[in-house]
Amino acid sequence: MTTSTNSVEEFAKKEYQHGFITDIETEDFPKGLDEKIVRMISAKKEEPEWLLEWRLKAYRHWLTMKVPDWAMLKISPIDYQDQYYYAAPKMKDQPKSLAEVDPELLKTYEKLGVPLHEQELLAGVAVDAVFDSVSVATTYRGHLAKLGIIFSSFSEAVREHPDLVKKYLGSVVPYTDNFYATLNSAVFSDGSFCYIPKGVRCPMELSTYFRINAANTGQFERTLIVADEGAHVSYLEGCTAPMRDEHQLHAAVVELVAMKDATVKYSTVQNWYPGDKEGRGGIYNFVTKRGKCAGANSKISWTQVETGSAITWKYPSCILLGDNSVGEFYSVALTNHHQQADTGTKMIHIGRNTRSTIVSKGISAGVGQNTYRGQVRIMKSAEGARNFSQCDSMLLGDKCGAHTFPYVEVSNPTATLEHEASTSKIGEDQLFYCRQRGISHEDAVGMIVNGFCKEVFRELPMEFAVEAQKLLGVSLEGSVG
Amino acid sequence: MLEIRNLRANVADKEILKGLDLTVRPGEVHAIMGPNGSGKSTLAGVISGREIYEVTSGEVLFEGKDLLEMEPEERACEGIFLAFQYPVEIPGVSNTYFLKAALNSIRKHQGLEELDAMDFLALVKSKMQLLNMDNDLLNRSVNEGFSGGEKKRNEIFQMAVLDPKLALLDETDSGLDIDALKLVANGVNALRSPDRAVVLVTHYQRLLDYIVPDFVHVLSAGRIVKSGGKELAQELEAKGYSWLEEPVNA
Repeated sequence: MTTSTNSVEEFAKKEYQHGFITDIETEDFPKGLDEKIVRMISAKKEEPEWLLEWRLKAYRHWLTMKVPDWAMLKISPIDYQDQYYYAAPKMKDQPKSLAEVDPELLKTYEKLGVPLHEQELLAGVAVDAVFDSVSVATTYRGHLAKLGIIFSSFSEAVREHPDLVKKYLGSVVPYTDNFYATLNSAVFSDGSFCYIPKGVRCPMELSTYFRINAANTGQFERTLIVADEGAHVSYLEGCTAPMRDEHQLHAAVVELVAMKDATVKYSTVQNWYPGDKEGRGGIYNFVTKRGKCAGANSKISWTQVETGSAITWKYPSCILLGDNSVGEFYSVALTNHHQQADTGTKMIHIGRNTRSTIVSKGISAGVGQNTYRGQVRIMKSAEGARNFSQCDSMLLGDKCGAHTFPYVEVSNPTATLEHEASTSKIGEDQLFYCRQRGISHEDAVGMIVNGFCKEVFRELPMEFAVEAQKLLGVSLEGSVG
Repeated sequence: MLEIRNLRANVADKEILKGLDLTVRPGEVHAIMGPNGSGKSTLAGVISGREIYEVTSGEVLFEGKDLLEMEPEERACEGIFLAFQYPVEIPGVSNTYFLKAALNSIRKHQGLEELDAMDFLALVKSKMQLLNMDNDLLNRSVNEGFSGGEKKRNEIFQMAVLDPKLALLDETDSGLDIDALKLVANGVNALRSPDRAVVLVTHYQRLLDYIVPDFVHVLSAGRIVKSGGKELAQELEAKGYSWLEEPVNA
């Protein structure tokens, strides 16, 4: 916020004089998808045979699948043969310095208080790889390695820890799972891998931020996090990276595994480019996220703040296999302008005395459409299972929509389920009350919406919560009045 | 301080204020009385800038500035405070957070430095005693789950913290029992100062036993039909409003 435009420009100019030499991808990865492309990706990454086979199985399965159409989303058909399946083509579109980046985007960063060098990373400026944050990341990695924690890019993990990857890859989201996850399985470019050994409590929040440079994660990233017995990890996925591409497909997969007594907390703040005010451009975000509470007393907690993307299709879920395991889902989804979100969770109770909590806050503004879709399934074996669900929607203006689809399936009579839902409109009375106290219209909207989301924000790690609040304010700009 | 000249205002195309004049100087306490529907709350709404009121003619000057040109938040920053008849609940936003945002927004507008958390807390503590407020009210969401009395006290407490030049109290006495009324009145009286003006809008004379006004105005059918000193309030209490109302088709 203190960065003046001048200093940004100066900085950018200075860097530009030194010149940016971008390693432009020279391999010819043509548009479209066939077995050859899958093989090329695998070969490029020098992957072992078993992984190539896995990709190919996924690809062949994908050919038999249909695009899911059950979500409350209006999507213009995607031509999958008109896409690039390797990150290379993005390179030539990369701005060379901040001076080439849309000033509106920079204004947003400034408001978010993103430091200058992070602004470059976020805007996708081709920054030379020797960077503060990289050496920082290396330092951290050394520290983590001493504890036996593996935290690396997915490709690196395949090379250095093939057994672990082989054991857990697809163990939560199989390659046959759904159209987008299957596509991802065939063509995933990179992502993160994390393993916390038995009894280790990861001493810091792990974040993709730390190695955003090291691995240029593309549109099909894959994340795998395994917490072994008694381990504890909190992982932050920061995608405060608005991209300026035309309707770009983003189909990621995240798999979490929590063994006996382990805890995995996964927090996301997603701010992909939402498209412009008329609904042009923006990311199509089709993400499959699922965690397996494999052991007794394990816990998986999802917290998401979704403010970006033209379309969000995302249901972070928990399979509660271990007895007494706990699944949590805290979500804020905001749709402004022409954004559409169909998001929610699935809680599958299999083990005895398994518990789940769902708190979903949907905010619609402009002509945005916001859908909560959640499933709570209590299997026969889930003696004494409990679920609490709360779904609240807030409407800003009268052209947007909020929809709630809770699915409940109970096969064990000892289960206890509670569901609460509400829809409210941001009140003129509330706005006037704030303004009469001297608070600007925009700040008032931000304050009221943030209050509405409080239960979710308090689940986020401190720094993330601050970022999320600011982000919400920025995303809502010009939405009311 | 406040100059209202020939003010006319509509609500939903119906004229409510029909040429109202009022002058308020620093240090004065004015009571605006009148029967239901006479335009009391409309007056408070027009001064504070509520959008549902449409001003059709006349002017409202505050310290020489044209209030009608200002957004509600600008008016607040200039030093106008409205104690609401029905204070609004804002779930999830703590009283402290809300008040700090408000105070700092006003301070910023006035070219003052924003208060940090420590200084703000010290200020708040000192004002809380004035209204006999419980500590836990500070951390609760704005007005959420407050009793009627707590809400009204919270309004005066906010006024104490925000330190306005002109305080408008819209039916602050409504719905209060006698103990709560005394507390609120004590709070207001403690805030009386030579620099601050207070305009009380009230239906009943009861509040004026505790907050003694310098001037009493009777509002009827959108106009001030009689003005006087505090004794006018007692006269109204005894005689009612009807003797002042304009005869129909006169």
